[in-house]
Amino acid sequence: MTGFIGPAELAALRLSLEVAGRSVLFSLPLAILIAWILTRVRFPGRTLFDAFVHLPLVLPPVAVGYVLLVLFGVRGVLGGWLHRTFGIELAFTTAGAALATAVMTFPLMVRSIRLSLDNIDRGLEDAARTLGAAPLDRFLSITLPLMLPGIVAGAVTAFAAGLGEFGAVITFASNVPGVTRTLPLALYTAMQSPSGDALAWRLALMSFALGLLGLLAAELLVRRVRRLLGR
Amino acid sequence: MSPTNTSSAGAARQGLLSVAVSRRLPGFSLEAAFAAPTPGVIALFGPSGSGKTTLVNLIAGLLIPDSGEIRLGDDVLIDTRAAVALPVERRRIGYVFQDARLFPHLNVAANLRYGQKRARGAALVIGFEEVLALLGLERLLARRPHELSGGERQRVALGRALLSQPRLLLLDEPLASIDVARREEVLPYLEALRERLAIPMVYVSHQFEEVLRLATYLVLLEGGRVLAQGSVNEVSLTPALQRIVGPERVGAVLDGVVTRLDAQNGSADLAVGAGTLQVSLRDVPLGARVRLQVLARDVILATQPVQGLSVRNALAGTVAAVQSDEFGVLVTMDVGGVAVLARISQGALQALNLRPGDAAWTLFKVISTRGHAFRLAGTAAPAATFASQSHRPEERGGGLT
Repeated sequence: MTGFIGPAELAALRLSLEVAGRSVLFSLPLAILIAWILTRVRFPGRTLFDAFVHLPLVLPPVAVGYVLLVLFGVRGVLGGWLHRTFGIELAFTTAGAALATAVMTFPLMVRSIRLSLDNIDRGLEDAARTLGAAPLDRFLSITLPLMLPGIVAGAVTAFAAGLGEFGAVITFASNVPGVTRTLPLALYTAMQSPSGDALAWRLALMSFALGLLGLLAAELLVRRVRRLLGR
Repeated sequence: MSPTNTSSAGAARQGLLSVAVSRRLPGFSLEAAFAAPTPGVIALFGPSGSGKTTLVNLIAGLLIPDSGEIRLGDDVLIDTRAAVALPVERRRIGYVFQDARLFPHLNVAANLRYGQKRARGAALVIGFEEVLALLGLERLLARRPHELSGGERQRVALGRALLSQPRLLLLDEPLASIDVARREEVLPYLEALRERLAIPMVYVSHQFEEVLRLATYLVLLEGGRVLAQGSVNEVSLTPALQRIVGPERVGAVLDGVVTRLDAQNGSADLAVGAGTLQVSLRDVPLGARVRLQVLARDVILATQPVQGLSVRNALAGTVAAVQSDEFGVLVTMDVGGVAVLARISQGALQALNLRPGDAAWTLFKVISTRGHAFRLAGTAAPAATFASQSHRPEERGGGLT
């Protein structure tokens, strides 16, 4: 096996897992909040807001990466502020790759959480109210657990998709070995090199296996959670 | 009877649930007022779409009235003029929904504890073990809601609401989602509850039999308006109720006490007002309070004392009212201060020439009371006897539907 997976592949794999993992951790709370707002709050411009959240699904990833660069680059509006106040640098860093991945996979997560939120019988929350549960208590004890299948499915799908995010990452975070060179970036780099054919093959196979594993895991996890919830 | 205007009543409100609210909904408007004594079982009775559930949601706080007020004893739950509105979670009103609404991710024990945990500091109404025993839930604790039958689900929902230590319990057609045959899995528990606890209950139903068995106060609703309210006995004499239950179920409701038992014949003597009736009733102790509906169509009137008839109930009285309708004539008899309704034909009316104030005899067979006599709370006998007695098929009457 060591002959098959060399240090370059291992580094790319480890980095991909790290980037996808951090992106999920970043975006999950926000995705839950946005999904909740989109399902439960009626406000003017909701449809536009909904479309905006889903934009990364249809935009060229390079365009998303470019917007991120403008906003979060060291000289960008938000990036400059982050750099000055907290010393956080996002462009060309692993954290930046995670941010780009998070933005790209965000709609997937929101969609899946929203679906499960739509399926929750609001009557259960009314019942919780009559039993003395205040709003936050109600959300934590009833709504959140019942959303769990959607949250798990969304997180795992977003993680699996995040392993392969290419355009936004390479545009915003560049292709720095060991820092932002994730699996797809390593694969792209190998393809550019005249002697990289074998490496490219191995990386492609790894991506394929990881994706399949991720989707299977999502399905199994969701089934298990549903059983836990008694459905 | 007209709805009482509680806001101007001004009398002592303690021991009353008083409601005077209006609320518009798409295609429906509710304008209802009633004041019912507590504790007791207040039945909200009326056809589908009469606004029963809307009214209950207003009491619970799940709906806010456009205007009006709701008081429970001295506590104001909502008063739109004073801009007081207690949020649902602080009303301490238990609610048993038609569809149970158990939390699917929690087992029965956790469902039961949900309200109890959040009622810390509230006056203890009932404890966990007591609820388990009262509702027969001991063996269900580890189950998930989807593993329960409809009747079991409603019993768990009832226990969950009770354990939130409510000062008022709302029951919105708790038997509606259960097969008719399985309603006896729940009804006796409700009766036992009424007997054991002093929690006032509001019971929504469109089944008159449930009202007969459970209610101490009856609010009759139709089209979002209160048509009549009062004790079941009072309301049973109103044309409004007669219209809603239909001609077959018209009949005066009488409450009495068992004074003699005849186990061999399965009958009991019932002291009602100044007189005594014989009714078909088994397995009740002496001194038990019993509610009886004497169906108007089962009553025979006679202008002279009759002899040589098999009828066991022949009560002397006077004609209080005579009222013709599309089904014939409905005569209200005053029998020793108790009203009994009799359905006779136009021909019979003419032949007997009955007028208010005339003396007449009211006759009905013992057998005609079978399934129309129910034991009420108020005696010291254990609830268990009561529950098992209620399983007898002959105790069941028909419904409105």
